[in-house]
Amino acid sequence: MSRARRSPSFWALLAFTLAVCAFLVVPVVLSMLAGVTLNYFVGWRGGLTLDWVAKVWTDYRHTILLSIQIALACLACTLVIGVPAAYVLARSRSGLARAIEELLVMPVAIPGLATALALIVTFGGWGDLRKSWVFILIGHVLFTLPFMVRSVLAVLASIDLRTLEEGARSLGASFAQRFFGIVLPNCRSGIVAGSLMVVTLSLGEFNMTLLLHTPLTPTLPVGLADAYASLRIEVGSAYTLVFFVILIPLLVAMQWASRPRDPSSTTR
Amino acid sequence: MFVAFFLVPLARLFAIGGTGALGWSAYAAVFTESRYLSSLASTVALAAATTVATLAISGVAGVFLVRNRFRGREVLTALLTLPLAFPGVVIGFMVIMLAGRQGLVPDLTDALFGERVVFAYSMAGLFVGYLYFSIPRTILTVMAAAEKLDPRIEEAARSLGAGPLRVVRDVIVPALTPALLAAGAICFATAMGAFGTAFTLATKINVLPMVIYTEFTLAANVAMAAALSFVLGAITWAVLAVARTAAGNTVAAAG
Repeated sequence: MSRARRSPSFWALLAFTLAVCAFLVVPVVLSMLAGVTLNYFVGWRGGLTLDWVAKVWTDYRHTILLSIQIALACLACTLVIGVPAAYVLARSRSGLARAIEELLVMPVAIPGLATALALIVTFGGWGDLRKSWVFILIGHVLFTLPFMVRSVLAVLASIDLRTLEEGARSLGASFAQRFFGIVLPNCRSGIVAGSLMVVTLSLGEFNMTLLLHTPLTPTLPVGLADAYASLRIEVGSAYTLVFFVILIPLLVAMQWASRPRDPSSTTR
Repeated sequence: MFVAFFLVPLARLFAIGGTGALGWSAYAAVFTESRYLSSLASTVALAAATTVATLAISGVAGVFLVRNRFRGREVLTALLTLPLAFPGVVIGFMVIMLAGRQGLVPDLTDALFGERVVFAYSMAGLFVGYLYFSIPRTILTVMAAAEKLDPRIEEAARSLGAGPLRVVRDVIVPALTPALLAAGAICFATAMGAFGTAFTLATKINVLPMVIYTEFTLAANVAMAAALSFVLGAITWAVLAVARTAAGNTVAAAG
């Protein structure tokens, strides 16, 4: 349709879009470069080095490992809670189910800071919970659960679950057989997309974590904020570089996972 | 489970807000004390400005990407949506990279006008940061909605003699309104509660999340912090709820 003529407005809009893209991408590239330059003030001509990355690894390794640990634990929790919850919500047409769906979105709508304070005033005094990384995990699960539920629910809503299950039941399949043999394989794409989202969000969560963490349990973003505030720009950049190396593959995988669900972009 | 870990704490938060030196009037103080009111006002103003700017930028870029096919389009789309889940702290650092003391923009203005323009550590920097994290999300929503637009309606409008501006104003914008409302609400909500970016840029920026953090950690005024965050949460949630009703339940959850 538009291949035939390229009007001046096309080029103007293309330039605009490219400018927006540059706004988003240039700082990422800059910070990744800064992480491996010898001296940022001199510029990259001054030489490249991996010393900063090594320094980050020795000083902040525990934050990186803790963040990965929390992200994986968070994924496990959201899978165990979120997938069955989505299944129940998809099967039930009652008003209660809709109300629960609505409530589940609240942790996303309410600022993390408020949720974190609420958790602290309620559970802060419970034994050693406050000092444990599990406390951060609770916050992360609250925040990421809606994404898992929504992602799975979206897929479940698009297939005729009831008919599929009825067919299986008439052939004598038990509930467990139906759940693991039919429901789970059918919503695989939703689970994959939801899982990627959960891990990505958990790795980067800061608003809540800053209040929930203790000096003994700093996560990667908390360490990042600390590095930005107190260390030279090269260290902050190298730390960011490490973070991007973990995060960007996840984001790319997320884009890849969401592509098949959008057939109109390839057929037109 | 969810009730125990979320609703009960929220109720506690509300109750704690009333236990401080001020009692329940802590909630009134949010609106009467000039310090809190001014930060509430600037937070809302900043969030609103971010929302408008993001919608304008993403609307134009999103519709353009859907309506035109050219080489590199897929890559461009991928790059535009890549920062989707960057955390606030990292975005703050990106702003420093752009406009901080050793940033790109000061270098450019230095070369062009002989003056280093550093705006990262102020409200302007925060605005840029909020734009940074709102654009990818909004572009995705706009693109999804624009895919569903029927180009024939635009053709019809054009053949009836409507100029390009008129087509945009009378055909494209109304058709995208639900999506723009939905995306705008999310954008507003995140800008209200975002904290990492402000935390990285400067602790002196007067926005509500920073005030809450200061009350909690430095002043140890848990009650006031609780009251403030409850109000912040209530406003954000209300905006989302209104937008959801207005947009006909199409607001997708996106943090």
